[in-house]
Amino acid sequence: MRSVDGLDIAKNLEKQGVSRRDFLKFCTVMATAMGLPLGMGAKIAEAVTTLKRPPVLWLSAQECTGCTETLLRSSHPTLEKLILELISLDYHETLNAGSGHQAEESRLKSMRENKGKYILVVDGSIPVKDGGIYCKIGGKTALSLLEEMASQAAAVIAIGSCASWGGMPSSSPNPTGATSAQEVLKMKAIKTPVVNIPGCPPNQYNFLSTVLYFLTLKRLPELDENGRPKFAYGRLIHENCERRPHFDAGRFAMEFGDDGHRKGYCLYKLGCKGPETYNNCPAQLFGDVGAGAWPVGTGHPCFGCSEKGVGFTIPLHSPARLKFITPPANFPGIAEERGKGVTVAAVAVVAGVAGAALGAAAVTAKNLGKKDEGQADTETKER
Amino acid sequence: MTESKPLGGKIITLPFLVCSFIAAIAGFLLIKRFIFGLGSVTNLSDGYPWGIWIAYDVVVGTAFACGGYAMALLVYVFNKGEYHQLVRPALLASMFGYTLAGVSIFFDVGRYWQAYNLILPRYSQLYSVMFEVALCVTTYIIVLWIEFTPTFLKKFNKETLRRRLNRTLFIFIALGVLLPTMHQSSLGLLVYIAGQKVSPLWQTGFILLLFLISAITMGFSIVIFESIVSARALKREMEIPVLSKLAGYIPPLLGIYLAVRFWDLVGREKLGLAFTGDLKANMFIIENLLYIIPTILLLSPSKRSNPRWLFVSAVSMLLAGAVYRFNVFLIGFDPGPGWQYFPSFSEVVITLGLISIEIIGYMIFVKRLPVLPSLSQA
Repeated sequence: MRSVDGLDIAKNLEKQGVSRRDFLKFCTVMATAMGLPLGMGAKIAEAVTTLKRPPVLWLSAQECTGCTETLLRSSHPTLEKLILELISLDYHETLNAGSGHQAEESRLKSMRENKGKYILVVDGSIPVKDGGIYCKIGGKTALSLLEEMASQAAAVIAIGSCASWGGMPSSSPNPTGATSAQEVLKMKAIKTPVVNIPGCPPNQYNFLSTVLYFLTLKRLPELDENGRPKFAYGRLIHENCERRPHFDAGRFAMEFGDDGHRKGYCLYKLGCKGPETYNNCPAQLFGDVGAGAWPVGTGHPCFGCSEKGVGFTIPLHSPARLKFITPPANFPGIAEERGKGVTVAAVAVVAGVAGAALGAAAVTAKNLGKKDEGQADTETKER
Repeated sequence: MTESKPLGGKIITLPFLVCSFIAAIAGFLLIKRFIFGLGSVTNLSDGYPWGIWIAYDVVVGTAFACGGYAMALLVYVFNKGEYHQLVRPALLASMFGYTLAGVSIFFDVGRYWQAYNLILPRYSQLYSVMFEVALCVTTYIIVLWIEFTPTFLKKFNKETLRRRLNRTLFIFIALGVLLPTMHQSSLGLLVYIAGQKVSPLWQTGFILLLFLISAITMGFSIVIFESIVSARALKREMEIPVLSKLAGYIPPLLGIYLAVRFWDLVGREKLGLAFTGDLKANMFIIENLLYIIPTILLLSPSKRSNPRWLFVSAVSMLLAGAVYRFNVFLIGFDPGPGWQYFPSFSEVVITLGLISIEIIGYMIFVKRLPVLPSLSQA
């Protein structure tokens, strides 16, 4: 349990009121979030406590600090402390203790010492128009900073929609030429792997899970064609939405505050972008406050914030383009028929048949009584 | 053993024409059902997914068709060879009864075009009662036709084939006893799993035993009933001595049935429900009176050998078994407030059509195939 830099992390955590049990629980939650086997929780705990704290440099470009805020405001007990103890956050423009030249020096020192080993987190889009002059830090453009820092990093994690695909700054007419980290690296032919965690802001657990996966297994989680981890962005919001049965049954809220809206019907006709947005919001939820804590859960259509070409691009209340699930041509009825009662014709037939059968049986019984059998009259009847 | 031979005579008679007419109307309504769906002809709903096609055609119908089972049990398992002459006509009725029950399940299955999935192993749900019943009934229909095959072979003079089949027939006879024992009790289990939807008057853990015993008694009754009715209809001498011996088995069986039935109701403290005066209570009383009457009648040896009382007892028992099954499946079944069911005109006519086809088939078979014993020299 002794870490290389001389700090016994477990003891340290206990001093801060985090028991070993709580710590393991946290690691297990992270493992589950990634869909890993339960045993991975212990492995993550081991990786986190025995290694030298991995250096993380955080580069902010055209951003609103929402992603950082989300991460810090996480109400998950001790998360903020854990994350600050688990990684060695050597540079972060919002959280740096020092500023100016001091901060710059810390960044350069860490880059020198941890060349090829540190994780670079990028937050915000990179302006490329006019040589990238629209965002400068310490006199350098974000573009050149990214080029410099990414080329020596082990991996780049682009947090938020801006860094992942351009986000809000890249919306038309895009005056600054806002571009995602991934595209900038491609432009500059830098081969460092990139993971995108889009969202505005993204769910902090999607980010933390990715970081811990990398620390534990020394490789990046499985990614989709847009560089997003599949464990979080593998399915459409529509697929896991709790209002999905309303969609399938054709029960829609037609405007805010109407009867259907108050009853929690599907928000598709209010412009919900769930059917074209890949994210795990309905399953992961936000703010650790329990059920319903996500946009659709609170009665607002999904905005598609994490999907390129949807959020910040298509008007909020335009209907989503359905990817593969289209509403049925005929909707099943809402009030089911509860059966039909007696009709005269039916009763007449039943009574007639029952009467005929009983009558025939009675006549047969009577005739059987006559000692002389054989021949004679009538019919018989079935059963 | 008595020789069997065809009765001969005209096929087209007045009953034949009447039955054909009903069957034709039923056929027309069935075309409507298959084109426009169940809702166009039935009164079935989500609350009452099973109507008279299941309650009568399948549950009561297969119990009426238990003659073959009851006789096989008696003749081959308990080795009472003297009843052998009753086996073949009983088997014929069973064969028609079960085949038409199978057919009417097909009418009742909403998505009938997917029914074949049942027999695909990868879709089989081995823990389902419905699966067991479906598989048992399907297999038993095939077994019944095989059991009856020697009669066809005899008719068409395929003697070597018949002898070869007779050597392996014991397997099918054994199956013919095993399969009904399984599914006649499982039919009760179908209701048991409906839980509290079924009135406590009928919902009990003993329902499997009750279904099985009542199916066997119905099997004996239908043999007596059919023997008397066909003797009268076809102007043959009655087989009273053998029938009255057969009827001797019924009082003990019904005694066990009634003892279990009431011991269970008293044990669960639900007997009071029988006297509340509502439809369920009254149907319960009718059902059990119909059981008690033949039990008492058949206890007396003199009544047992009187064709009238034999006939009355058989009819009473058949009605008792039918009412019991209707009570369990429809009258005692309450899916919740607001639901209602009464069969539609078309549903009833289709059921009558099936019965008509059964009668037509029976008449043709006994007239053209060696089914009935040739004991009447007249």
